[in-house]
Amino acid sequence: MATVNMLFAGFGGQGILFAGKFLAYKGLIEGKQVSWLPSYGPEMRGGTANCSVILSDTPIGSPIVDKPDVLIAMNLPSLDKYENAVVPGGKIFVDSTLIGRKVERTDVEVYYVPASGLANEKNLRTLANMIITGKVISAVPEIGSDNLEAALNKVISARHQDMLGYNLDALKLGAQQ
Amino acid sequence: MSDMVLMKGNEAIAEAAIKAGCRHYFGYPITPQTEVAAYMAKRMPKIGGTFLQAESKVAAINMVIGVASTGKRVMTSSSSPGISLKSEGISYLAGCDLPALIVNVQRGGPGLGGIQPSQSDYWQAVKGGSHGDFRNIVLAPASVQEMASLTVKGFELADKYRMVSMILADGTMGQMMEPVSLDLESTYTAEKPWAVTGTKGGRQHNIVNSLFLQPEELEKKVFERYERYALVEKNEVMYEEYLMDDAEISVVAFGITSRVAKNAINVAREKGMKVGLIRPITLWPFPKDVLLKAADKCKAFISVEMNMGQMIEDVELAIKCRKPVYLCSRTGGMIPSPEEVLAKIEEVNEKEA
Repeated sequence: MATVNMLFAGFGGQGILFAGKFLAYKGLIEGKQVSWLPSYGPEMRGGTANCSVILSDTPIGSPIVDKPDVLIAMNLPSLDKYENAVVPGGKIFVDSTLIGRKVERTDVEVYYVPASGLANEKNLRTLANMIITGKVISAVPEIGSDNLEAALNKVISARHQDMLGYNLDALKLGAQQ
Repeated sequence: MSDMVLMKGNEAIAEAAIKAGCRHYFGYPITPQTEVAAYMAKRMPKIGGTFLQAESKVAAINMVIGVASTGKRVMTSSSSPGISLKSEGISYLAGCDLPALIVNVQRGGPGLGGIQPSQSDYWQAVKGGSHGDFRNIVLAPASVQEMASLTVKGFELADKYRMVSMILADGTMGQMMEPVSLDLESTYTAEKPWAVTGTKGGRQHNIVNSLFLQPEELEKKVFERYERYALVEKNEVMYEEYLMDDAEISVVAFGITSRVAKNAINVAREKGMKVGLIRPITLWPFPKDVLLKAADKCKAFISVEMNMGQMIEDVELAIKCRKPVYLCSRTGGMIPSPEEVLAKIEEVNEKEA
């Protein structure tokens, strides 16, 4: 791995920032250079939310991801806004429950994951973010699938530790899609 | 890597302040620095410290003056419009020769401006920013680790020279998370015989005051202060040089823009352009000597900033206008992209060939 530039984008409340933080912690545990930069301000409160996550073997310059290798789009405005920013050959992950349209680009790999639908169906509500992240982990080999539980332990606060198992289930479910 | 944690820049400042022995924090919420106050609100009561959300930014800075008078390490934090409100108090801190740490996590201005990152308070921070003859030490972190380490350094420098240290960060540095080691401690402690701590009947009382009606007396005070400022300029300059050994073009940038610039410089190097970076870590004292030295071998400079061109004037002064200095900037909360910086490097490389 040299560097993976990721952009997570969706509605506030979908766990966009959490999913990014989870992968950043995973990178930290593995001794990688990592950065996590959220959008902040009024857009977080029910509007759009996004975060830039960079995992790298070398020191990270700018923490801003404006040309992602990996885009995770969890609502239509995010796909509309960032589809064209993805580098050629990059990967786009689409929550196909919430996004009706297909990706128009033909020079990227696209993964349609009905994450929100699966979350409702499998009683993993609020964990659509981790279902789609599970798919990201399985489809982007540079990220690797080790240390999932250790990273969850870091990112889930002490009083929500009962959610750890559900998060692992969601990651597994996503990886199977 | 077990001692590394992921933390927001704002939180790293707060934890580092506690590690440096700061037990008094006065603040008022404002985006994008509110996490400093939130962190202090959680931690201070647990360690016997004081967290106080003041009724306004003006009140908070005056509480800082009060605690600083007693010789305790004290801080406040805010973002651009809030720093303007505090500027009267900053002048009074200077006039009373009181040490304190002030954090500015900048957002776009003027006025209420916006809430996105900016570096448009450079002049305000570096040129004093309030009335009277005085200086602040201004520290510009470019990583979450430096948000922490420069906070400790800021307290130490403030104590050592009896002046205000300001952390000049921006919304990106405040909000981003990076691995940070909190294995920090403050090894420097200053004697503070001037502090107002109660005489217990044993000594003449101390007076902390900025009013000197006799001009001779005030002039003497200011002269004495400037002797200390001269020592700061002599001893405390900090900067980073990146790929400067054979550089023909020197980019000058601080904080977040220095990181964007590094990305651009790496690509420019791959394309065969001899370009490097000088990153001031102290904005005051400004690394004048290293820039002047670079002017001997560089054919041009590029100042990369998130404002309409503020630091560029200090670059021109430092190199005594011996070489052309170009500006590459965005403002209003916009961050220049590595591509924009690269385009400017290419343009300058061609023009100055």
